[in-house]
Amino acid sequence: MDAMAAIKKTFFEECEEQLAEMEAGLLAMNEGSAENELVNGVFRAVHSIKGGAGAFKLGALVSFAHKFETVLDLIRSARLSATPDTMRIMLRALDIVSDLVRLSRAEAPIDDALWRPVGAELEALIEQKPQQQIQPEITVVPEAPAEVVDLGFDFAPTPISIDDGAVASPPDPQQTYEIEFRPSKELYASANEPVVLLREVAKLGETSVRCNCDALPPLDSLDPDSSYLSWTIRLVTAADIEAVREVFEFVDGACELSVALIEHAPAQVMPAVAVPVADPSPSLTVVPDITRQLHEARADSAPVLASESVAAADIQKDGGMASGQPATATIRVDLDRVDRLINLVGELVINQAMLTQRVLAEGLAKSSSTMIGLDELEQLTREIQESVMAIRAQPIKSLFQRMSRVMREVCAATGKDVRLRLDGEMTELDKTVIERLADPLTHMIRNAVDHGVESRETRIAAGKSPDGSVRLSAAHRSGRVQIEISDDGAGIDRKRVLAKAISKGLVLQGVELSDGEIDNLLFLPGFSTSESVSAISGRGVGMDVVRRSIQALGGRISISSRSGQGSSFVLSLPLTLAVLDGMVVRVADQTLVVPLTAIIETLRPASATVHALGGSASVIKVRDRFVPLIDVGAELGFRARRQLADEADGVAILVESETSTTHALLVDTIEDQRQVVIKSVETNYGKIRGIAAATILGDGRVALIVDVEDVVGISRSDTGQQINELRTGAGIR
Amino acid sequence: MKKTILTIDDSRTMRDMLRLALEDAGFNIVQAVDGVDGIDALNRCTPNVIVTDINMPRMDGFGVIKAVRSDSRWRGVPILVLTTESDDAKKQMARQAGATGWIVKPFDPTKLVAAIHRVSP
Repeated sequence: MDAMAAIKKTFFEECEEQLAEMEAGLLAMNEGSAENELVNGVFRAVHSIKGGAGAFKLGALVSFAHKFETVLDLIRSARLSATPDTMRIMLRALDIVSDLVRLSRAEAPIDDALWRPVGAELEALIEQKPQQQIQPEITVVPEAPAEVVDLGFDFAPTPISIDDGAVASPPDPQQTYEIEFRPSKELYASANEPVVLLREVAKLGETSVRCNCDALPPLDSLDPDSSYLSWTIRLVTAADIEAVREVFEFVDGACELSVALIEHAPAQVMPAVAVPVADPSPSLTVVPDITRQLHEARADSAPVLASESVAAADIQKDGGMASGQPATATIRVDLDRVDRLINLVGELVINQAMLTQRVLAEGLAKSSSTMIGLDELEQLTREIQESVMAIRAQPIKSLFQRMSRVMREVCAATGKDVRLRLDGEMTELDKTVIERLADPLTHMIRNAVDHGVESRETRIAAGKSPDGSVRLSAAHRSGRVQIEISDDGAGIDRKRVLAKAISKGLVLQGVELSDGEIDNLLFLPGFSTSESVSAISGRGVGMDVVRRSIQALGGRISISSRSGQGSSFVLSLPLTLAVLDGMVVRVADQTLVVPLTAIIETLRPASATVHALGGSASVIKVRDRFVPLIDVGAELGFRARRQLADEADGVAILVESETSTTHALLVDTIEDQRQVVIKSVETNYGKIRGIAAATILGDGRVALIVDVEDVVGISRSDTGQQINELRTGAGIR
Repeated sequence: MKKTILTIDDSRTMRDMLRLALEDAGFNIVQAVDGVDGIDALNRCTPNVIVTDINMPRMDGFGVIKAVRSDSRWRGVPILVLTTESDDAKKQMARQAGATGWIVKPFDPTKLVAAIHRVSP
């Protein structure tokens, strides 16, 4: 990657940070905060994006950001007030900037129609309050002619060279300019330096310079901060007049300057002929006297010289190192490195457990110093593991802020006015979990607005505030993260949901279901309550997909709803994907781990409660309801299906699967319940049906982690229609 | 001896670009992330030229100019401001505040170097 590509990468990374800052700032402004630093922060972010975009020639981004920035500038200088309408436009502008950044990053073509409309709205805001041009007064102080006192002696002109020896030989001189240059004292005050400018002019061609010191006062009345000298430069050059003026660009207005073409010589004429006044070398002839030299030394040269020597001393002291870089509180680390570290710590945890087990096997007393040392090692290992896991943890803020955008889009599309309230944005969660939550959350927010919150008229009729509200919150709860999406809408229309489920054949006619069971029907595959599939939430995915993606993260989702008051979805997620709480079980001499999140309860089946269903299927009666019984050992191919009579010997683990149906997994014994480090089987071996991953236990044994969904799926495809019918009828919680 | 340039900009992108352009041209670079940090850097090393952004948190470019021009140790140090505005108003404001010159972003590295030569002996 070349240097520019690396900078471009940095630029886009920085854009993300700036977009987040803009979003946070604009949302706070939207909440009514008029803090100046807030607007300034947003302005700076837009400005930075514009600056970088210019460097990479991202035209659309530059011109859009420029309009955005202008509006922000009007607001921060109180020439435009941040009305709700203005804020709406700005929030949309934020979305456009974010889109433009994303497209630019992907090097995708940008359709002007994407940003023009909002661009026009920004322009309308700018025109509404035309920006007053701040025209600073530029004062050029004309030098008062000082009274000349005859000192009674003369000075002989001493030529001094101002060329720094690096002057290229002039190109074909073609014209001669006469430049009159009279600096004002502002020129010196801004650290501009006539000598430097004269040198720059000398680089253009051959020069002869004459210093006019007529205005110079006698020493006793000389003001060192004032300006007394002027120069007349005769320049023979091939450069055009613009190039000459450009040298004086920075001092334009801080000096009197005239550049006049006095001679236009034909190209073939030799310079010596064309320039009667020219000194053969590109040096400068100045006619100084002592006072002038004093003046120069005092007024301009001295500070520069001083600073140079100080700089030299400082650089020597620092060993020539650039020392201005402040210590930062964060570092950027490649994700791969973090993951490798996490992996290694996982190995460490396993090794430590193995070591402990082996030492115990040697019969050492718990109080022996070796065991005490091992205890300390265990504690330390756990701390290291937690700290390393924390590296991958990020505040959920970025995800929540994306949801604000989703909310704005849905509001615009549905014409509803819904406020999004965010709580617990600083709650930390594994980076991967955060990333994979984006789609499910987007879907749920869309659902909340589209199906949850009623139309304005309905709300007013129901005596509610006309604007709806959706709350998105996150919090740590007993080692997991709980995310809640709740709306203040009408709640779930259970009659309609049930009718729909029956009409779709998901529930048998005449089945009595509790409110909670009806609510959970929303999670069934192929269920959609919306009468007509809308553009907002009906994108071909239903809540079943949401549920599946949450479960894939080791999470659970639950729903609650109160008629007329709204619904609420609660997601419970693990803090990390690298470890898992599991139940260690034995099946046909194999050690397996069942994820704890899927387990509802365990029970010992009595033979009277187990019923054969014909074929190989059987069910178990759990508190007046039949649950399909799955022999894990047989499903995974460890052994032949056991005879019914034996089943009473094992342990049934009730698990809940994606469709909120309950199954019983039959295992031989339960060994332990512990946290295990997840090792991918797929990367080292390949996908195995019914197995999610593997882990290494403390004694060094490899144990496979059961993929509950998969095992249930295998069983479902194996068993016949009876089971399916039974499940749809009685399996729903 | 290499000249030292102090660059003050809150944008990492811009700092990187300045570093690239200036180091290629043979300058020593000292970087600061905002005005306050820039003044802090001045206390450790007096540069030949200061190149500063205008819009920055904590202390903006105008603040930097004011601080530099009012301190006898640094008042002679040329200051180039980085501005995205090519219009005259911003440049004049910068000069009134005491800036020596300006560089319009996005800058052409050769123009940046030329501007530095134009203010620094």
